[in-house]
Amino acid sequence: MEPILNVKNLTMNFGGLKALDNIDLTVEKGQIAALIGPNGAGKTTFFNCITGIYQPSEGDVEITPPGKPMDRLNGLKTNQVTERGLARTFQNIRLFEGMTVLENVMIGRHCRLKSSILSAMLRPSSQKNEEKQAIADSYKVLEKIGLDQYVNEMAVNLPYGAQRRLEIARALATDPFLLLLDEPAAGMNPQETKELDELIIWLRDNEDLSILLIEHDMKLVMSLSDNIHVVDYGKKIAEGTPDEIKSNPDVIKAYLGDDSDDA
Amino acid sequence: MVTKKEIKQSFFIALWFMVLTFPIMVIKVNTIKHIILFRWENFVWVGVIGFFASLIWNYFLRLKEQKKKSDNGDDIPLVHRLLQNERVRIPFLAAIAVFFLAYPFVFPMYHTSIMISALVYVMLGLGLNIVVGLAGLLDLGYVAFYAVGAYAYALLNLHFGISFWIVLPVSAVLGFICGTLLGYPVLRLRGDYLAIVTLGFGEIIRIILENWDEFSNGPRGIPNVPAPSFFGYQFGQHGSVIYIYFIVIALVLLTIFFVSRLENSKIGRAWIALRDDEIACQAMGIDKFKTKLTAFALGATWASIAGVVFAAKTSFVNPMSFTIWESITILCVVVIGGMGSAIGVIAGALVLILLPEYLRAVSEYRMLVFGALQVIVMVFKPEGLIQSVRKKYKFEKLKD
Ligand SMILES: Nc1ncnc2c1ncn2[C@@H]1O[C@H](COP(=O)(O)OP(=O)(O)O)[C@@H](O)[C@H]1O
Ligand SMILES: [Mg+2]
Repeated sequence: MEPILNVKNLTMNFGGLKALDNIDLTVEKGQIAALIGPNGAGKTTFFNCITGIYQPSEGDVEITPPGKPMDRLNGLKTNQVTERGLARTFQNIRLFEGMTVLENVMIGRHCRLKSSILSAMLRPSSQKNEEKQAIADSYKVLEKIGLDQYVNEMAVNLPYGAQRRLEIARALATDPFLLLLDEPAAGMNPQETKELDELIIWLRDNEDLSILLIEHDMKLVMSLSDNIHVVDYGKKIAEGTPDEIKSNPDVIKAYLGDDSDDA
Repeated sequence: MVTKKEIKQSFFIALWFMVLTFPIMVIKVNTIKHIILFRWENFVWVGVIGFFASLIWNYFLRLKEQKKKSDNGDDIPLVHRLLQNERVRIPFLAAIAVFFLAYPFVFPMYHTSIMISALVYVMLGLGLNIVVGLAGLLDLGYVAFYAVGAYAYALLNLHFGISFWIVLPVSAVLGFICGTLLGYPVLRLRGDYLAIVTLGFGEIIRIILENWDEFSNGPRGIPNVPAPSFFGYQFGQHGSVIYIYFIVIALVLLTIFFVSRLENSKIGRAWIALRDDEIACQAMGIDKFKTKLTAFALGATWASIAGVVFAAKTSFVNPMSFTIWESITILCVVVIGGMGSAIGVIAGALVLILLPEYLRAVSEYRMLVFGALQVIVMVFKPEGLIQSVRKKYKFEKLKD
């Protein structure tokens, strides 16, 4: 079977800096895959390249959504990538501060709604129903993620852990088949991390989602992932199951910071 | 408590003011007798008033800090509380309605005329609020679209005798088209770049109107723009003012109606999301450029409609009515009223336009007092007179 995400030879140059160097990476349907590596390895850049925030210097990004033909993401704008079913969260929380929690999630529904300027002003019944449906759908997402208690709060007033979960809720509202999470556990306490662990597994099992996550919390990564990709200085240095990665000498070297070879 | 530090600070501020105002408050040149008068008593007054004003200023600043700490900025403005309260809402709105209905019959024509200007600014403010307040696009050339509407009416009437009521919808479409055309090249820029480019565009429109004699009659403008007719009947001068007053009221209500619908629609939410975080907004599947363009074009639509009313009211258009200062005044209405808050913008327009008129009593110091008031609002209420409040949804049924 085709992998749902197939990235080939992805390279990203920033001036002289090769932030990504010939990366190949695939995610299978129903998989939880992890992308790990030291700070500055190029993980966030990788997400930015496949979601159209950066245009990669070289390489191909192909997707095969469940039940649909293969599609190329090269050259698409960020919003078009989201429309095709990839949704992401951000390493530094990027919520819409001037809006309530519910409205933040409703923004996620945006690309699935049809209303136009005129229908927004004249509000025919089709528009009213669509709006009602969007509110109900968004509320359902909040219930799933366990944020329904905050529904009318302003997003900025949420506790930190809840803000991270709201980012996931918002991404989920776009109806993705692949969820890209950029350090979802960063700054969370152990209790919050444990809940996040359960949430991610629940999402895969109940929402028919595949997940690619960047994470620094090794305990979380090892317990969650089916497959782990390791990058260092923009190069992919290893790939495998958690057990394989744990015992891979290259990975250990990268993490312990062996600086004898590239001084 | 007033601290020693504050007293010291106030003392120096007073001293600074004494030096600063010395040339205008103390020195007086009598050009007839060729002597210079030194009014030293003013020197003392400036010092004393400066000192106490600074103390009071500090006191209020401290009060504001304390208030912020105690209720972590989550208080709902009074107007919103009145509107949310089921029992108060109807009487409150009725009182406002009665006031505005009775206004032209109770007050002399002069006041009605001022109120019309203020209401035109309400429309302009609500339009610009879409662009600046909701979508976060700093547009300093907004007046260009106001000019489009005004000249559309003046010219279409002059050459083809088209009436007010036909030009009104035509100008809305024209404003939308102009907004799209102007927005297309400039909306790729953002922040201060956008501000400068829109400022330039606004000035270009004015300069074209000033210099293209055959088209716009240049700086002489177009006189005798007719007032709107009532099913073919033309009112006298007094009747006309009252008629326009009610037309403006109707248009303002229409604006509020449509703008609030937009604000709580998919499009309005996208504007706010775009203002709050462009990248996250795109990652949620929102087309950045299209969303910006709709905000720009819809803002232009209302400016254009307001322009038609302006031309009909003053019965004369010339380029001098559409300078950069006009854009800045409208921007002040939005910022001081409360960015993104329709009620705030309405309040802002009424205060900002009516106040200078009624301050004519202190004629010489009118603009000084006005400026001081703007500074005070921005220091003590940076979020504007009436802050925006997002809609709350109820979910009792879904829970169980
Ligand atoms: N827009 C950019 N311009 C220039 N350099 C960048 C840009 N974005 C990222 N980089 C560089 O690319 C490298 C990888 O960054 P990043 O992907 O954020 O790392 P990670 O997420 O793995 O910690 C870093 O050296 C960073 O400085
Ligand atoms: Mg990163």
